Amino acid sequence: MNATKVVAPKTSPGRTAAGGRFSLGGLFRAREAGIVLALVVLVAFTATQNARFLSPQSIRDILLNTAILAVLAVGQATVMITRNIDLSVGSVLGLSAFATGSLLQANQGLPVIVALIAGVAIGAACGALNGVVVRLGKVPALVVTLGTLYAFRGAAYFWAGGEQINADELPGHFLRFGNSSILGIPWLVLIAAIVLVVAGVVLRNYRAGRELYAMGSSPQAAELAGIKVGRNTIAAFLVSGALAGVAGVLFAARFGTIDAAAGNGYELNVVAAAVVGGVAVFGGSGTVWGAGLGALLLTVIGSSLAVLDINQFWQQAIVGALILLAIGADRLVAVRVAKSLKKRDSHV
Amino acid sequence: MSDTRTRPAWLSRLASWDAAVIVITVLVLVIASGAVENFGSSRNFTFLLLDLLPIALIALPMTFVIVTGEIDLSVASTLGLTSAVMGDLWNRGLPIETIIPLCLVLGAVLGALNGFFVTVLKLPSLAVTIGTLALYRGLAFVVLGDSAVADFPRDYTSWVTGTIGGGAIPNLLIPLVVLALVFGLVLHATPIGRSVFAAGASEQAARFAGIRVARLKFWLYVVSGLVAGLAGVLWTLRYSSARADNGLGMELAVVAAVLLGGVSIFGGKGTLPGVLAGVVLLATLQNALRLQDVSNEALNVVTGVLLIISVLLPNIVIRFRAALRRRATT
Repeated sequence: MNATKVVAPKTSPGRTAAGGRFSLGGLFRAREAGIVLALVVLVAFTATQNARFLSPQSIRDILLNTAILAVLAVGQATVMITRNIDLSVGSVLGLSAFATGSLLQANQGLPVIVALIAGVAIGAACGALNGVVVRLGKVPALVVTLGTLYAFRGAAYFWAGGEQINADELPGHFLRFGNSSILGIPWLVLIAAIVLVVAGVVLRNYRAGRELYAMGSSPQAAELAGIKVGRNTIAAFLVSGALAGVAGVLFAARFGTIDAAAGNGYELNVVAAAVVGGVAVFGGSGTVWGAGLGALLLTVIGSSLAVLDINQFWQQAIVGALILLAIGADRLVAVRVAKSLKKRDSHV
Repeated sequence: MSDTRTRPAWLSRLASWDAAVIVITVLVLVIASGAVENFGSSRNFTFLLLDLLPIALIALPMTFVIVTGEIDLSVASTLGLTSAVMGDLWNRGLPIETIIPLCLVLGAVLGALNGFFVTVLKLPSLAVTIGTLALYRGLAFVVLGDSAVADFPRDYTSWVTGTIGGGAIPNLLIPLVVLALVFGLVLHATPIGRSVFAAGASEQAARFAGIRVARLKFWLYVVSGLVAGLAGVLWTLRYSSARADNGLGMELAVVAAVLLGGVSIFGGKGTLPGVLAGVVLLATLQNALRLQDVSNEALNVVTGVLLIISVLLPNIVIRFRAALRRRATT
């Protein structure tokens, strides 16, 4: 990306509804503050019930699980900001996890970075395919990625043919990468953090990122403004696919056991993380920070339920309720802003 | 398609997507019965019909919903929750005659909740029904966990799996045909159907024309939930097994079949015969390939690619025609 650095706009990133109160150097807006608050309350309550919840091991597990979801959520946020959606990420994760798994199985000496690159390449190819079909076919992303959700998953099954790669068939250094740390920070968390920061900064401060928000807010206006909508759409899907590829490699390293069903149904959690984190389904609004926080919240809820000894099955129901709550809250804000704008207009 | 000036009406009718799907479906049926061993057997025919039944059933209201420009991704979860509740009530010793109506009401209520979010709170239906997809499926697991309830009364289960007079046609085809006729007539021959198309073509114009679009959509969601509930009851009886994961992921197959049948995802366009042909085409291909020992999962490639082609091809045809017309005028 030959991104030119532009001056950071005064308004908050992608706040189309003009409700952008921008505080604290612009890192958090109201939604993100709300998630942080919910996280604090949830963690505090769970910790009072069971002190082990705050043990280093427990925190490590939560962070490791968040890392994979957060990487996917960053990609999803990038696509959703352009008013598209990528439902195929779970399948791309599965394809990339199995591909890197069998690559390492066959070449035990391969360094981790090569596996990562292979995963990214496979993911990027899938993402590019999504983007090209969406753009050139002028077909809604929902339908295209619904189709590729099937197709990529089917391809993974076709390839794996019911086989499973076990941890003892993978090189030790790769598995250590999945569970070891550098300076106390697990590699997976570090990679997720790098992805978050890079994507966050590009979306917020660089022309390439701002154009995505413009496209999501109004595709026609963006086109008229000379934004290369087609190229950017394909790029957004490419980013989402590549990150799903990264997530596949992280998945393989963390769990060691990989079959063609890896990441089955992840797309729901990923969309949920993004939506709960304040990324609007219909584009133009949201941040990758929010999506990352959404991923953290979903993971913490899962861990809390386990610690509190509540039926794990509540987790999915809570995810659903959170999505509804989140889009309801967005609607509320939009209505309020529209009202206040109308009032202001009437004085003119 | 408006390009009827230069060619006879029947030709452009034949060139329309849903007619093409019907033709392709018939072709696939003929080829499969000739080329695939056991495909033409009456036993396989019965299974084929029983397998496509839940998808066909749910596709009927889904057609209406998508023609109005909305979507309902929660249908398979509604099916699962209905099935779980059915099992739970049966465990508690309620008579089946009470359970079935309660399950239908439950389906309608779940649909009404979708309708409420979409039409009253005016939230995007894609996000709403992704949310209720997770919520309803989660509740299904909360109700029944990962256990299964199996001992439903024989009278019911044997009727649901039975065939008319012991032949090849399953008993369940009767309610499906009746419902398909009702939905087809309503969509293509009544003011309600015209309102559905009008709402999908331009919601604002439809409102100005006096159509209560929000109310219409609300009831469509109620019907969608009700039919998904019915599918849940029939599914449970057919496999004699109430499970929280019944019908998992079926929303994709339904949407794929509807779009394959020529309904536009943008709303305002589509026919019910086309949709039914889409359902049969999808089910036939999967059945025939499965008989050829193609794995279930590899079949997903077929479903996915078909779905993409079905949305791409009409666009390509339209652009191709536009290009031809441009050349003709210059």
